[in-house]
Amino acid sequence: MKTKYDPTDWISHMTRIRDAQDQAAFAELFQYFAPRVKAFLMRSGADATLAEECTQEVMATLWQKAHLFDASRASVATWVFTIARNRKIDALRKQRRPEPEDLVWGPEEEPDQADILSLQQESEQLGRAIAALPEKQRDLIEKAYFGDLSHSEIAEQTGLPLGTIKSRIRLALDRLRHAMK
Amino acid sequence: MHNVKHHLTDSLLMAYSAGNLPEAFNLIVAAHISMCDECRARAASFDSVGGALLEDTDMVDMEDGSFAETMRLITSGALAPIPAPICTAARGSVLPAPVRDYVGGDLEKVKWQSIGMGVKQSILPTSKDASIRLLYIPAGTAVPDHGHRGMELTLVLQGAFVDETDRFGPGDIEIADEELNHTPIADIGEDCICLAATDARLRFNKLIPRIAQPFFRI
Repeated sequence: MKTKYDPTDWISHMTRIRDAQDQAAFAELFQYFAPRVKAFLMRSGADATLAEECTQEVMATLWQKAHLFDASRASVATWVFTIARNRKIDALRKQRRPEPEDLVWGPEEEPDQADILSLQQESEQLGRAIAALPEKQRDLIEKAYFGDLSHSEIAEQTGLPLGTIKSRIRLALDRLRHAMK
Repeated sequence: MHNVKHHLTDSLLMAYSAGNLPEAFNLIVAAHISMCDECRARAASFDSVGGALLEDTDMVDMEDGSFAETMRLITSGALAPIPAPICTAARGSVLPAPVRDYVGGDLEKVKWQSIGMGVKQSILPTSKDASIRLLYIPAGTAVPDHGHRGMELTLVLQGAFVDETDRFGPGDIEIADEELNHTPIADIGEDCICLAATDARLRFNKLIPRIAQPFFRI
């Protein structure tokens, strides 16, 4: 069963976790995302026990890092994916994952509501575009993300329509840079 | 932010987002993104692909008591603390934060090893599937003419270098493959500091680096 959730609602869940350590909000996020993260880790080569353990750590990290989530740059699903991906590198491949310098909003400023809304809409559109890809192409992309296609095996032209979402994120970054000055 | 002209490729960014790069490549990509908001946005858009796939994937049931166990993990304090975000641009350091992590500080902490003609290197510890080093090239000096068996990525952190293809300044990344035989020469204005990652051993065509004609162009 796949219930369709409103992704902007997940953002309010994140806010409730960040501002009020709201366990009920966390429980709903957990119910939706944990089984997906576990499936992702198992497709990436973890056995059920390791995947279960890592998923719990991923979800705990989501709680711990709730204040770093920026809804003008990522959907909650994307944020969960990045945490799960990092756990995969750490636990499955036993490597460090160097991260770029963090850019975070200061205590006085927050991202613009309009930026948040358009980014979330773009994320949904991207989801629909991926679902509509020809099967062969979608297989390749899934292999890149869930399997272990190396950079030289990934084609330079993926056919993914990423231009608009990239521009949105770029705009959000420009605003953040401006606020950091 | 730097005025970056030479960027990462889509396949490197996608592999970075998917988590399938060797550690040394991960590090140079993270370092470039720290200096280039365009590639930061591109990398984030590839992360959104991962997010979309995650939402659409099959599910595997969590075990009973899994949520309670996760809450215990949170309240027990067993999780590693999150390091405070560092902004090296504000601190005026040469090395971007992810590189500082490997060096254990900024430039003054780098353990240089001379490789001749004033050129120095410092190999950073990563997994064995690829290697990464910091290179220090005195202004006007050439790195020996070399070809590559695999892929070589070179990111400029300070100064600039010029080779047969173009000029590369701070934040620029050169992506060289087997076809490119090049002689990078540090710009005359300033000593050049680069980060260079490769998934194969470099092939030097001459044993000793030579001093090049000073470069007055640009």
